[in-house]
Amino acid sequence: MTTTIERPPAVPAPRATRPTRKRDRTSKSEERAGLAMLAPAVLLLALFIFIPAILAFGLAFTNARLISPYPAVFVGVDNFIRLFADASFFRALLNVGYFAVVVVPLQAGLALVMAILVNKNVRGTTFFRTVYFLPVVTSMVVVSLLWLFMYRQDGLINVIIDRVTMGLITGPDWLNDTSTSMPAIILMSVWQGVGFHMIIWLSGLQTIPADLYEAADLDGATAWQRFRYITWPGLSATRSLILVTITIQALSLFTQISVMTQGGPLNSTTTVVYEAVQSGFAQQETGYASAISLVFFVIVLLISVVQRFLSREKA
Amino acid sequence: MAIAEVAPAHARQVPPRRKTAKKKRVLGLGGWILRAGLGVLFLFPIMFMFVSSLKPDQQIFGDLSSIAAFLPIGNISLDNYVAVFDRVPAARFLINSIGISAITVAAGILVNSLAAFALSRMRVRGKAVILTLIIATLIVPFETLALPLVWWVNQLPSLQLTEFGFLFTKGWIDTYQVQIIPFVANAFSIYLFHQYFESIPKELDEAARMDGAGWFRIYRQVVMPLSGPAIATVAILTFLPAWNSYLWPLMVVQTEELRPVMVGVQYFFQLNVSWGQVMAYSTLITLPVVALFIAFQRSFVNSIASSGVKG
Repeated sequence: MTTTIERPPAVPAPRATRPTRKRDRTSKSEERAGLAMLAPAVLLLALFIFIPAILAFGLAFTNARLISPYPAVFVGVDNFIRLFADASFFRALLNVGYFAVVVVPLQAGLALVMAILVNKNVRGTTFFRTVYFLPVVTSMVVVSLLWLFMYRQDGLINVIIDRVTMGLITGPDWLNDTSTSMPAIILMSVWQGVGFHMIIWLSGLQTIPADLYEAADLDGATAWQRFRYITWPGLSATRSLILVTITIQALSLFTQISVMTQGGPLNSTTTVVYEAVQSGFAQQETGYASAISLVFFVIVLLISVVQRFLSREKA
Repeated sequence: MAIAEVAPAHARQVPPRRKTAKKKRVLGLGGWILRAGLGVLFLFPIMFMFVSSLKPDQQIFGDLSSIAAFLPIGNISLDNYVAVFDRVPAARFLINSIGISAITVAAGILVNSLAAFALSRMRVRGKAVILTLIIATLIVPFETLALPLVWWVNQLPSLQLTEFGFLFTKGWIDTYQVQIIPFVANAFSIYLFHQYFESIPKELDEAARMDGAGWFRIYRQVVMPLSGPAIATVAILTFLPAWNSYLWPLMVVQTEELRPVMVGVQYFFQLNVSWGQVMAYSTLITLPVVALFIAFQRSFVNSIASSGVKG
C-alpha cells in the first residue's frame, strides 16, 4: 500500500509558478499514489457490500442453498410467490410495523425530553448524561438477558408491580403472553436506545444560537412558546435524521427476539430479519432468504424516501 | 430546565420578579425530580445486574421484594464468576473479542483514512464518482446484506496454514478473518475522515511537498497527527459494533474456540439456568466497554453526536 512516489527536491522558482509540463508529470504520479491509497477500501467495499447487494438480487431468483453439492438453479419468481403466501412472513411484517409505529415516536420523544433536561450546563447534568447513556454502551445481547430475567413471572418487574399496587395487580408472564410479549420488547428496546438519540438531539440543540432565546426572553415568551417557535424549528434537520435512523433500526429488529423469545409465543414477536435468518441460516435456504432481504430492503428504502420527503416539505 | 418568564420585560418590577423567581425554583425542582427519576430508571437495572452477579441464585430471588435487590449485601462472593470460567470457555471468548475488535479498529483506521486522504487531498480521476458510490452504501442496512453475505463468504477462497504448508480451502466460515475483514472498510468512517481532512488547511501539505515530502509522508506526518478527534471517533464507532456483534458470528462461526463473547451467552441456557452466572457473564462482557466509556467519555459522546451528520 506504500507506493509512495517521492518527488525530486523542488526547485523553488519553477515550483512557485507551477509550469504546466511539470504539473502533468506530477499529476500522473499523484494519480497512481491516490489510486493505491484508495484501493484497499474500494476493494473491500466492493467485496463485502456491492457484491452481496448484487447477489441479493441474483440469488433471490434461484434455489441457492447455503451448503449444497448442486449449483443454484434459476427459478424465476418462485421465492416471491412462496413469500407472499407465507403467513409467518406477513406476521413478521405486521410485528415490525407495530414495533416501529410505537418505538419511533416514543423513543424520539423521550430522547428529546431527556436532551432538554440535560442541555443546560448546570451542575450534575454531566452525571445524568452519563447515566442515561449507560444502557447504550451495554450491548443489546446483555440488555436482553437482563430484561429476560426481570420479565420473568416471578421476576423483578412483577415484584415491583405487586409491591407498588399492594398486591392489587398481578403482573403478567410478560414474554410468554401473546398480548404482552411485543410491548415488553418495545419497552426494553426504548430503554436501551433512547440515550443514543438523546446525544443526537443534544448536538442539534447546541446548534441553535443562544441569542434567539435571549431575544425571546426579552419579548416575554413562555417556555412553551420558546420551544414551539425556536427549539422545534431549529431542530428540523436533526428531527428528520432521528426519525429515519430509529425507523430503520426498528424495522431491523433481531437481537432482542433471538435472545428473548425466538419469535414466540405463537409468532407474536417474529420479525422480518428473524425470518430471513431462520430460512437463510437455520434452514440454509439462501435463495428464499435473499428474497426476504430484497423485499425488506425495498421497504426500508421506500420508508426512508417517504420520511425524507415529508420532513423536507415541512421544513 | 425551561423557565416561564410571565411578565414582559418592560413591565418587570419588584413584585412580579419575585413571583417569577419562585416559579423558577418550583419548575427547577420538578426538573430535578424528573432527571433523578429517569436516572433511577436507567441505572437501577444495571445495578441489579451487577449486584445479582455477586449473589447465589436463592438470595437473588429472596432479595427481589426489597431494596436489597440493588445492594451488594448478604452472601456476597465471586463464586458466580468462578463458575462462569468453569462452565464456558469465557477467557477464550474474551480474548477472541478483544483481538477481533482491536484488529478491526486498527485496520479500519488505516484503510479508511488512506482512502479519505486520497479523496480529500489528491487529484484522482473519477474521485467524485467514487465518493458518491461510497456514500451511497450508507443507505443499505447490514441486516439486508447479511444472508447473501453468508453465502458469499462461503464461496471465497481462504488461505490456511496446515501441517502441509499453506493450503487454499473454500469458504471463510469458521475463521477469524470472516469476523474481521468484512467490517474493515466502512463508508461512514471514510466520510468522517473526509470531512475532517477537508478542515485541515491544504497549505500544510503544499509546504511539506515543497520540502520534498511524498504523499504517504504527508499522510503520516502532517494530516494524521492533526486528526486525533476523527481517529477517536472512528475508533469508537468501529469498536462498539465489533464488540457487540451477535447476528454475524452466530451464523458464520460454529467452532467454539473462535467464538466472540456475545455468542457465548447461548451456553448458559443449555442445562439448568443459573441466573447468578448469567448476570456474572453479562457483567464480565459489559465491563470492558463501560470502562472505556468512562475513560473516554467526551470522545464517546462526540462520536455519537457526529453520527448525527449521517444522511
